[in-house]
Amino acid sequence: MSLTLGPVLFNWPADHWRDFYARIADEAPVDTVCVGEVVCSKRQPFFSDVLPEVIERLERGGKTVILSSLALPTLQRELRYGATLAEASQMVEANDVSILPHLAGRPHAIGPLINVYNEAAARFLAERGAARIALPPELPTSSIAAIAAAVPQATVELWAFGRVPLAISARCYHARLHGRTKDSCQFVCEKDLDGLPVDTSDGEEFLAINGVQTLSQSYCNLVVDAPLLAHCGVKALRLSPHTFDMVAVSNIFRDTLDGAREPAHAMRLLRALAPDAVFSNGFVHGTNGATYVIG
Amino acid sequence: MTATKRRPLELVCPAGTPSALRTAIEAGADAVYCGFRDETNARNFPGLNFSREEMGAAVAYARSRGAKLLIAINTYARAGDPGPWRHAVDDAAALGAHAVILADLGLLDYAAKHHSNLRLHLSVQAAAASADAINFYVDTFGVKRAVLPRVLTIDEIAAVTRHARCETETFAFGGLCVMTEGRCSLSSYATGKSPNMNGVCSPASHVSYRNDDGTLVSRLGDFTIDRSAPDQPVGYPTLCKGRFKTAIGEGHLFEEPVSLDVRTLLPALAAAGVTAIKIEGRQRSRAYIKAVVSAFRRSVDALETAGPLPLDSLAPLTEGQNVTGGAYEKTWR
Repeated sequence: MSLTLGPVLFNWPADHWRDFYARIADEAPVDTVCVGEVVCSKRQPFFSDVLPEVIERLERGGKTVILSSLALPTLQRELRYGATLAEASQMVEANDVSILPHLAGRPHAIGPLINVYNEAAARFLAERGAARIALPPELPTSSIAAIAAAVPQATVELWAFGRVPLAISARCYHARLHGRTKDSCQFVCEKDLDGLPVDTSDGEEFLAINGVQTLSQSYCNLVVDAPLLAHCGVKALRLSPHTFDMVAVSNIFRDTLDGAREPAHAMRLLRALAPDAVFSNGFVHGTNGATYVIG
Repeated sequence: MTATKRRPLELVCPAGTPSALRTAIEAGADAVYCGFRDETNARNFPGLNFSREEMGAAVAYARSRGAKLLIAINTYARAGDPGPWRHAVDDAAALGAHAVILADLGLLDYAAKHHSNLRLHLSVQAAAASADAINFYVDTFGVKRAVLPRVLTIDEIAAVTRHARCETETFAFGGLCVMTEGRCSLSSYATGKSPNMNGVCSPASHVSYRNDDGTLVSRLGDFTIDRSAPDQPVGYPTLCKGRFKTAIGEGHLFEEPVSLDVRTLLPALAAAGVTAIKIEGRQRSRAYIKAVVSAFRRSVDALETAGPLPLDSLAPLTEGQNVTGGAYEKTWR
């Protein structure tokens, strides 16, 4: 099973972003790295200057680079950006169907934000050139196994670490919370490098806001479930970047997949690495995503 | 040369039961949409929807009254078990539905291949928010109409409609998703039941209430969604309309308990070129259907005769007794 580092979903300063990828290029045992803005096109100018350098650095480090597309392009410039992306030499990961016509007939990736819920949808996409399919994070193992069996030629990938993207909107919740609109946001999302935690009025940890995106506050963590997922035909696990040590996270996952570390030990190490994080794995077990199912 | 006269806006209305369907058509619906009694449609609630027999009778009734009947098969087929969804498409075609409303790529592919004469509408659950996305479905499956997600402004709707190679339909009244439909797993995260897979959001089976010294606490799964003081109305704990806390502030972070009402925007929607407007509420009562459909019938008719738009209040029928133009007005963002 291979490891994929997903795109940074949060508004990180360009320097921080570049340094993060430099370290990933040099030290992280991940095979594939997705880069690019998925959540909000207003953030793109901040790192567009360093993007070529980051891609080159990652490729020099032996990583396969995939360019991730926007989740909800509606403006003409956003749609044009998708078309431009499709002209790059790297593989493109589609997070919205609007980009699919630009990718038809050449190998491409389907991101976790495109709805692939069954084998017919997966087959349809694979026949049109999808070489990789990252499944929606809410799928249970029964669905994952059925889909993976239907497209043996494709790399089926699953969200395995990090806050889970649960919803996308046209409304920016960061801006709204600060009494602003999306157009006058002043980029307040840059304050929350892992998203802004949202609790219930009873103090239960619930969600996290990231501009127009809403994520789980818990961190999906499938390190213990990795053998089960391999058995289901999953060929890649996706680790989603956060501010804690992602090189360490990918090492722990890699060692576990290689059989060099017991899953229970891996779990203890991840807990130590992210002592404040609540872990969840409910989705793959067919229950509410917020829970952690043992066994 | 005279300009082509625009066709009147088509009024598409919900029908959760056979009697609601009759009520909607009697109140002036041009088209009604309904679903089979299973998880193939996104309003899979107890006591709702149609058996095959009821659907056959509904098609005949609609036809006799000159109305179109649309069947929503707008959840995503379960992997390893596509049967219920494919049978729903087969039966919709056999029963003579005017169109089916689909979201799932696999199911669209199936319908296009096996029922080439069946008219396909793209459900809002497909989240096609741009002309490029819509045209992908038009070119690939021959979709004839797309229901637009409630994330676009009127100007954006006009642009999408201009460039889309099929008709467009927009929501006009009722429950308001603030998250892009078909791309929301919030309910699934809290309850294990998802709109895309199970056809439910914030399901009643997972709702509970607790009394804290007179304050009513509404919960969904393991999460508190709202608290109401003794003198406050108690709303249903729809997840995205709850009150939450952050380090910055607290309140209705995502959306207030409001409903969509675009009657004042109808002239702009008509000018934007949309073919149809859709009323939400298959789970609502016949009284709701009658009041809302009648009011919209009057508004659409007034638009055609260039008369003043009647705006009798529908607020009592709405969530939180408040209405909004939602995303259609850019300030919503």
